[in-house]
Amino acid sequence: MAEHRSFMGYRRENGRVAIRNHVIVLPVDDISNVACESVARNIQGVQALPHAYGRLQFGADLELTFRTLIGIGANPNVAAAVVIGIEPGWTKRIVDGIATTGKPVEGFAIEENGDIATVAKASRKAKELVQWATEEQRESCDLDELYIATKCGESDTTSGLGSCPTVGNLIDKVDAAGATTCFGETSELTGAEEVCATRAATPEAAEKFRRTWSAYNDFINENKTDDLSESQPTKGNIAGGLTTIEEKAFGNLQKIGKHAKFIDVLEPAEAPTKGPGLYFMDTSSAAAECNTLQAASGAVVHLFPTGQGNIVGNPVMPVIKLTANPKTARTMAEHIDLDVSGLLRREMTLDQAGDRLIDIALRTCNGRLTAAEALGHNEFVITKLYRSA
Amino acid sequence: MQPHFLVHDSADTVGVVVVEGVAAGQELSGWAMDTDDTATLTAADAIPLGHKIALAAIAEGDTIIKYGHDVGRAVAAIGAGGHVHVQNVKTKRW
Repeated sequence: MAEHRSFMGYRRENGRVAIRNHVIVLPVDDISNVACESVARNIQGVQALPHAYGRLQFGADLELTFRTLIGIGANPNVAAAVVIGIEPGWTKRIVDGIATTGKPVEGFAIEENGDIATVAKASRKAKELVQWATEEQRESCDLDELYIATKCGESDTTSGLGSCPTVGNLIDKVDAAGATTCFGETSELTGAEEVCATRAATPEAAEKFRRTWSAYNDFINENKTDDLSESQPTKGNIAGGLTTIEEKAFGNLQKIGKHAKFIDVLEPAEAPTKGPGLYFMDTSSAAAECNTLQAASGAVVHLFPTGQGNIVGNPVMPVIKLTANPKTARTMAEHIDLDVSGLLRREMTLDQAGDRLIDIALRTCNGRLTAAEALGHNEFVITKLYRSA
Repeated sequence: MQPHFLVHDSADTVGVVVVEGVAAGQELSGWAMDTDDTATLTAADAIPLGHKIALAAIAEGDTIIKYGHDVGRAVAAIGAGGHVHVQNVKTKRW
């Protein structure tokens, strides 16, 4: 374990630890994006999170959208939130969900007001909230208080050789220390699903994982054509040398290290509630979708190994990129926070690589912007389960 | 010395080229990550960074082993040192 394990973070009203201090303007639905973006233009230090959904959804799909929006607002990295929706009912539902954290949040509905009056009122509130939030002070927090998520993207064979095992080394170290961690990508465990099931802490967690994986696999089999349309593995994966989903899956699984056991299986965007430890979340393997679900479950920092160079970020959860591909480290250097290609040259050990990742993670927690943050990557993508009514 | 290819597990039938510009006929040095053993192999094809090399001859229908596990099947014979990828290996799943 690296020696320096504490960092300066924000402790929120509900005791959760944050590493960023965002004030967000959250649309309940697609047609409220314009008003939210207007507020963010009016008030400095406020971020709008436009998205594509929120209308005519129903059943489990609607519940997932609500869980995602409430979860993003409730994420500890969000100090305060303004919520804008077309009508007051669902707007209040999002506001009430976020308010359970104790943080300041206020909602505005556009119907009977129009965009202009709504933007004026919401802007005044956003100004008040951002001035309040910018007086919040960082205090000493421990690595073990973090909720850390991971997902890999534009993977290649170097992901399985270097960058994913580096995350695995960190997970093993912080798991032993009592941190909360999360991995996902259900379809991307295909071929390694039985090996993954052996990493469950209990027979119940293993069975829940098997059921979750089987349901996703059935869905894929029902909808696939003769292949997965160069989507799993992706064109980029194939260019990077990955040939089959099984090969990709074993590389992916390196991210959970050698010792950590997952204690529960989470629904998409569900917050972990069984205490510290490793969790598996049922997610798509698309980067922005998976990251958004993990952020909505409360993760405050993300570890993202890439091979060919995925450039994704997130609006509220810093995404730390690492690669073991020396060509990607050279050609896409501005996107990479940690280069572990030395592992492939036998210039560093996995233990050293894991400690370097802990170091850059702690620096990120202290406030260092990730490459994705500095480049403005703020992809916010709601997972849609099926067609709207 | 920097190896040209790495092998995850001693049971594996393929290695991964980790340098750019490997050409057909080139003598390559390899490193087995689990046992720390080293080996040499002649590349039968040009193999890009990150792509796989057959550690011995692979027959059509053979299971490809990587990470010590089944990662697909050969749909064509592959000679020792040959380029192993989508042209000669397919998933057993989708």
